[in-house]
Amino acid sequence: MFIGHMGESYEHQGHTGSVTADWAGLTGIPATRTEAACASSGAALRSGIYAVLSGLADTVIVGGVEKMTHRTTAEVTEYLAMASDYPFEQFHGITFPGLFALMATAHMHAYGTTQEQMAKVAVKNHHHASLNPKAHLQKEITIENVLASKVVAWPLKMYDCSLITDGASCIILTKPELASKFTDQPVHIIGSAQASDTIGLYERKSLTSLQSAKTAAKEAYQMANLKPSDINLAEVHDCFTYVELMSYEDLGFCPVGKSGQLIDSGETCLGGSLPVNTSGGLKAKGHPVGATGTAQTYEIYMQLTGQADRRQVKGAKVGLTHNVGGSGATAAVHVYRSEN
Amino acid sequence: MSTQPPFTIEQFYKFMAEGKLMAGKCQKCSKIHLPPRPMCDNCFSQDFTWTQVSGKGRLLTYTIIHVAPPQFQALAPYTVGIVQLENGLKLPGMISGVTENTLKVGMDLVIDFKGCSTGQAWPQWQRYCFKPL
Repeated sequence: MFIGHMGESYEHQGHTGSVTADWAGLTGIPATRTEAACASSGAALRSGIYAVLSGLADTVIVGGVEKMTHRTTAEVTEYLAMASDYPFEQFHGITFPGLFALMATAHMHAYGTTQEQMAKVAVKNHHHASLNPKAHLQKEITIENVLASKVVAWPLKMYDCSLITDGASCIILTKPELASKFTDQPVHIIGSAQASDTIGLYERKSLTSLQSAKTAAKEAYQMANLKPSDINLAEVHDCFTYVELMSYEDLGFCPVGKSGQLIDSGETCLGGSLPVNTSGGLKAKGHPVGATGTAQTYEIYMQLTGQADRRQVKGAKVGLTHNVGGSGATAAVHVYRSEN
Repeated sequence: MSTQPPFTIEQFYKFMAEGKLMAGKCQKCSKIHLPPRPMCDNCFSQDFTWTQVSGKGRLLTYTIIHVAPPQFQALAPYTVGIVQLENGLKLPGMISGVTENTLKVGMDLVIDFKGCSTGQAWPQWQRYCFKPL
């Protein structure tokens, strides 16, 4: 068992691998916590894949968990910031929304991306969440709601930010020949990659893209022998609306600098040619940080097995997840294909 | 190996308190590390010398933080940015003496060693900031 969990600060509880095995009635199996900030369960998934492909394990539970809502916003802001560089980011009062706001400002300056385009990501993902009974905020919002919401870290406002959420997620990974023991609708992981980058945003060459995500995407596409245009739907790491726009470029869904136009086109909304974050995303489904990576996998599983009900993408065969840790010091990208 | 002060973050901030922006220069490949590192990420050498760098630079990007962690709440809203120094290296920090109207990507800034206090006993390093040139 591999369990993604970001921080013991929230509940004063570490050692979460064994805690989860214990509470799941599975005491005795090897159980390990994986930590890669908001990509903790993306890293758990990757670790589970290592275990199965190595032959050391036939079947592995991978998942994640985080309990956050009992803490104040100021406390959560401090705990999340621990995933950034301490002596040069946290120490200078730079928060997580602040780091992504620095990228958003740079993108606005370089490519003319607007706050309205970022707001459209929030409106879209809230719409998707209104169709997801497991989403944290199942309500529609408007562009005006986003633009008028309280500033968190300019240009990011409250409705540009993902939610402070309690949640858990898990999936069962096994060898193809054993899948029928668990389900008659397996989904195959056909591409898997993870990459790292400098912990400090300021040390990177680009302030408008994530090299870790670009590297992981390239390797995952290569392993799957697919290209971006082969993807039917994606769950991307929209911890802030700008990050969804940036992911369109890093994953090759549009040319560099054109993500604003892609959200304007409506193609990433349900009904479009490449629906993104049909679950509602981190933005509206919620972002219990350690649980997020495998929660993305869960949504792709539901979609590729035709179980996504009112938010079902018709005919979806190939899906992708994009899970980012910290301000991009980790990224995990996975590609999935349906059985048929 | 050199006999200079250790190439640590703590030493970097001690120099700050003396009004000096200091970086670690690799003696083998000449790469300048700001902040200093114990090992060169280019050639893996551990042989460094301290070198003073210019505190003048250009604002690459910025944000105005309204929701702050507990240690910084008394200052909010405050502006932070990433500054590209004259030698090409980058440093993040708070920016003082600006308003929403005067803040511009590309504006000239200079390091201010007086920095600012958070009003709370967080790490007792000298905190620099940047101000308009």
